[in-house]
Amino acid sequence: MWEYTDKVMDHFLNPRNAGEMENPSAMGEVGSLACGDALRLFLKIDDTGVIQDAKFQTFGCASAIASSSVLTELLKGKTVAEAEKLTNKDIAAYLGGLPKEKMHCSVMGEEALAAALKNWRGEAAPAPAAEGRLVCKCFGVTEETIRRAIRENDLKTVEDITNFTKAGGGCGECAPELEEILADERARMASAAPGGKRMTNIQRVMLVTKVIDEEIRPALKKDGGDIELVDIEGTKVVVSLRGACVGCPSSQLTLKGLVEKRLQEAVDPDIRIEEVRP
Amino acid sequence: MKPAYLDNNATTRVAPEVLSAMLPFLSEQYGNPSSMHSFGGAVGGHLREARARVARGLSCDPSEIIFTSCGTESDNAAIRSALESQPEKRHIVTTRVEHPAVLSLCQHLETKGYEVTSLGVDEEGRLDLEELEKSLRKDTAIVSVMYANNETGVVFPLPEIAGIVKSRGVLLHTDAVQAVGKLPIDLSKLPVDFLALSGHKLHAPKGVGVLYVRKGTPFRPFLVGGHQEHGRRAGTENTASIVALGRAVELATERIGEENTRVRAQRDRLERGLLEAVPDSRINGGGAERLPNTLSIAFKYVEGEAILLLMDRFGICASSGSACTSGSLEPSHVLRAMGVPFTFAHGSIRFSLSRYTTDADVDLVLKELPPIIARLRALSPFSGKEGEAAAFCSTHSH
Repeated sequence: MWEYTDKVMDHFLNPRNAGEMENPSAMGEVGSLACGDALRLFLKIDDTGVIQDAKFQTFGCASAIASSSVLTELLKGKTVAEAEKLTNKDIAAYLGGLPKEKMHCSVMGEEALAAALKNWRGEAAPAPAAEGRLVCKCFGVTEETIRRAIRENDLKTVEDITNFTKAGGGCGECAPELEEILADERARMASAAPGGKRMTNIQRVMLVTKVIDEEIRPALKKDGGDIELVDIEGTKVVVSLRGACVGCPSSQLTLKGLVEKRLQEAVDPDIRIEEVRP
Repeated sequence: MKPAYLDNNATTRVAPEVLSAMLPFLSEQYGNPSSMHSFGGAVGGHLREARARVARGLSCDPSEIIFTSCGTESDNAAIRSALESQPEKRHIVTTRVEHPAVLSLCQHLETKGYEVTSLGVDEEGRLDLEELEKSLRKDTAIVSVMYANNETGVVFPLPEIAGIVKSRGVLLHTDAVQAVGKLPIDLSKLPVDFLALSGHKLHAPKGVGVLYVRKGTPFRPFLVGGHQEHGRRAGTENTASIVALGRAVELATERIGEENTRVRAQRDRLERGLLEAVPDSRINGGGAERLPNTLSIAFKYVEGEAILLLMDRFGICASSGSACTSGSLEPSHVLRAMGVPFTFAHGSIRFSLSRYTTDADVDLVLKELPPIIARLRALSPFSGKEGEAAAFCSTHSH
């Protein structure tokens, strides 16, 4: 038996805003009978772009029904601009979490919302396969959907992808392709991240300076020490310790364990610290 | 609240008579049956008695009974033994609707270089015997087919299957875990070489099973160690559970008539009642011969896990063939093999009754389930809209 939170069970047993809406301003639908879950989302949006009402119809398990119910609750009273920022993570968080195998239920909510807002703007609802190449034929999951799920949820394994999108959960033939997409998207994410390969020298200098000024220096000053940024050459960051840090027996620990580690986390995992004595 | 327990194909309650038979072996009679002293020897005597009881229930010789830990171990031991004793044969025949104990093992063996032919079934879950016959080859080491399906209750015609397989000199294994206690089994007339059964499916405790190995069948032990079970399954015997199993088989044999009269009547009343009360419902395997206690019923437009959780609120215990209950994303492999449409497969519920099922249990399901289905259908975007259901997502190839 799945371990559901009280919130999931509450929204499953007492779904809010269930049913069909008369004359909705927008409607979005995702999923299918074949997939085992489907969601039809109705929105009533006023002239100022505020979502006045939201209703849903869901075919699916307890997680799917609860996710749909929560989605409608989260949407009511929001502007379209605010609604656009809503992700599956918000749905899952509101529910107090979902079993990882059920995360795709929250993703379905995000996708239905995107489809409904597209419909509201008068854009034609895309054919499900039109948004990119179809990768998982069993569940009709496109490459774009997979890449978006990887990016937005920081997915790290093919199993994660299956849990969030269902891709790969059928015959499994697409598993090698999912591996490739995962590796490629993770590489893109790494490049795009602060300190990634695409970061310019100026960006790196600015970010290192910011982290030293805002985080590292205040920490050292608490113990009567200080640090000065001397130079940056690529990923080599040259610093000089000041104050009580000079001559401290733990200075190397401070440089490696605090300064280098924090800069690697915040700027670039390749950063190496070198010290010059004053 | 006492639950309406209708999930007996998953596991059964331990019969009171079985419990009282096993208790002394968990307290004062703790001797090791292999010991040379009389304290252990007395336990050994009870072990022999249990073996004889099981043998009587199956109409075979006690020497043909090996006690194991479960049905899965018995299935594994049979198939692996057949392969090891005939190293020149690399082909296995089985079906697409087997229990994972056989299915997963065969998939594993494929990675080790064995070739597996998985026979399909028709829309009622029936095997094509001509296809079975054609699948047999000179290098076929073993045919493994279940006697009765755990999900649908569909019974395979084992005597006919045995006739075909044995006439070609191929070893035959049957996973009879669901059949024992529900169908009469006479191994003096049914020429299978291996048969697996599991204690907890017939009111014995979990953790004990049997592998029947016909006399003269070459056998290679799965567990190697001590000399227990005549060197065919090492490890100190689980005496309390084995004694329990002996008593459970005895009881099952005595009460098999009840399975096929009272239990069958209850199952049929449940089936009729639900079909009448719930439109767009159907029986999986309804056209085939089925176990008397099993009902796999499918409700269109709703999903199984949601049904189970709502039934659970009323203390009704059942199972589902839906994807969402299993952690996988595909509905049951059995229903898929039968070609049950997705519109039904996701909403399939299995009720499995036992000698302890009461009329009140059946009444409770008949009262509570139809409104549950209606409630979920009211939530569903597909309900009653056949065209929309088909058009909702057009990307799916199946």
